[in-house]
Amino acid sequence: MSGHSTYEPRTGVEKWIDTRMPIVRLLHDTGVSYPTPRNLNYFWTFGGILTFMLVVQILTGVVLAMHYAADSKLAFESVEAIMRDVNWGWLLRYLHANGASMFFIAVYIHIFRGLYYGSYKAPRELLWILGVIILLLMMATAFMGYVLPWGQMSFWGATVITNFFTAIPVIGQPIQTLLIGGFAVDDATLNRFFSLHYLLPFMIFGVVILHIWALHVTGQNNPTGVDVKSTKDTVPFTPFATMKDGLALVWFLVFYLWFVFYQPNFLGHPDNYQVANPLVTPAHIVPEWYFLPFYAILRAITFDIGPINSKLGGVIAMFGSIAILVFLPWLDTSKVRSARYRPLYKIFFWVFAVVCVFLGWLGSRPAEGTYVAMAQAATAYYFAHFLIVLPLLGFLETPKPLPVSILDDVLAKNGGHGHPAGATAAPDKH
Amino acid sequence: MGTATIQSTGSTAGGAARGDVGKEPALASTHTSDEPTRRDFLMLTTGAMGAVGAAAALWPFIDQMNPDASTRALASVEVDVGAIEPGQAITVPWRGKPVFIRNRTPEEIEAAKQVPVAELRDPVARNDNGAADAVASDENRAAPGKENFLILVGVCTHLGCIPLGQQGDFGGWFCPCHGSHYDTSGRIRKGPAPENLLVPVYTFVSDTRLRIG
Repeated sequence: MSGHSTYEPRTGVEKWIDTRMPIVRLLHDTGVSYPTPRNLNYFWTFGGILTFMLVVQILTGVVLAMHYAADSKLAFESVEAIMRDVNWGWLLRYLHANGASMFFIAVYIHIFRGLYYGSYKAPRELLWILGVIILLLMMATAFMGYVLPWGQMSFWGATVITNFFTAIPVIGQPIQTLLIGGFAVDDATLNRFFSLHYLLPFMIFGVVILHIWALHVTGQNNPTGVDVKSTKDTVPFTPFATMKDGLALVWFLVFYLWFVFYQPNFLGHPDNYQVANPLVTPAHIVPEWYFLPFYAILRAITFDIGPINSKLGGVIAMFGSIAILVFLPWLDTSKVRSARYRPLYKIFFWVFAVVCVFLGWLGSRPAEGTYVAMAQAATAYYFAHFLIVLPLLGFLETPKPLPVSILDDVLAKNGGHGHPAGATAAPDKH
Repeated sequence: MGTATIQSTGSTAGGAARGDVGKEPALASTHTSDEPTRRDFLMLTTGAMGAVGAAAALWPFIDQMNPDASTRALASVEVDVGAIEPGQAITVPWRGKPVFIRNRTPEEIEAAKQVPVAELRDPVARNDNGAADAVASDENRAAPGKENFLILVGVCTHLGCIPLGQQGDFGGWFCPCHGSHYDTSGRIRKGPAPENLLVPVYTFVSDTRLRIG
């Protein structure tokens, strides 16, 4: 995809720069002339939305840091001061707090887009793995950011998460002490979390650049999953993708700002407006909504598995539920990328999506009674999807015929055949 | 080694790289190309020193995160337990963590004693005042000579939440975070926690004064 450059410097200044450091050429080739498949749908706009949200989070975060005090005696009050006293502080904080939720909404749609259309398959494995790394960095950043207001959920969330490490035999306790800098979550913990919360977004930015680089080497996947075969299959990034991304971004902003202005605390937890109290655990600790499915998996392991006790088992299952994504390109044995042409996978994809939402709901319930059993069943299914369903489907499923090319598929849909399923683009026409 | 490209190695001063041996008759007799040279040795030892130095330079960046001496300095607290009626419990902070002091009712003690040790999820006493491998019988966990008193670090052994007293399926403690149930001896009976609640080091300095730590 990264063929020869079509950039031609016109002015003298552009020529002067181009022979010394062709940065304008790089931007032109990646953001203007870059060929994108002509059939991309709106699910392909979330990459741009995510880039935008990263910039929003960094900008709002940098200015909030000008008013925040990372001290266990001052943190809660300084956040309240941001809300009440700092000029526009309420807006900046609500943009940042809700921005985190929007970031995760967009990233989950982006990930499920990749799952549905097989975007993780060769040659995009590395692109996918870089994405998993970004997800992990996002989770670490979001978790540490949630600790900073030093409310009850901040404190107890930090306590529970850092206690994960005590599940590791022998070295677990020293690692946990090293991480929190004491025998309990306290000032030392808050300070280092603030430092890392400021650092990690810039690391995300770095990995995002690698992610985009890898994308521009392999080219984008598309709803058919069929490779780009000629220039007829593509349109230039500008204006086509730029405009589409722009429109999607506007609608996404409407959604985001509706929360900011009308329901700014809907996605948060009221307990976090109580200052942290190390002697009282809230009656019902729940993480932010975007961690709930993983929280349900953590709590589902209530039994020992051989030498692994339930605590270590839960932590392994939780981290494993993300780590398994790294191996997805090799667990899925089907040669066909897009679920459009995979009748069985399409069903299993939606079952999996429902199970993930169900796990999220279970994560918000107390860990009692039938909820535990349901979480165990859903966790088992989550892993079975990757370890049993996907490897077997490649052998058991008969895919529908693929269109010869992207152009062919687009013409079949819009050129009189009129069947939106796209499956009627019979390959024997050519 | 690209010996063919080296044209102007007229000077023999300082010795030559291995690949140049054929061009350096003066050195050719000193070693063959398979033999480690002085330079290889110097490279290896310099590299090893560099690695040790880098690791040493890294250590302060890691160890700064550990608790410092002021945090590690052991503190102990003294508590008057005379006012705790049977069935009541108090919570006192110790080293940033809560400690439960519970004056158990005869029924609660009896319930704890009734449980056969073989049935327990964690058969070890987890009492810092006793042997590390003592069995988790109620005698090994309750205060010696004052079996009505149970003193525990109030931190769930699962993920560090603080369990709620007088709750749960066994009338001891219930951890609201992930649903661990402890009995009236503070032993894990149900749920994800792996160990019994820890009994900290303590002594009764008088009949009603308890020193923890």
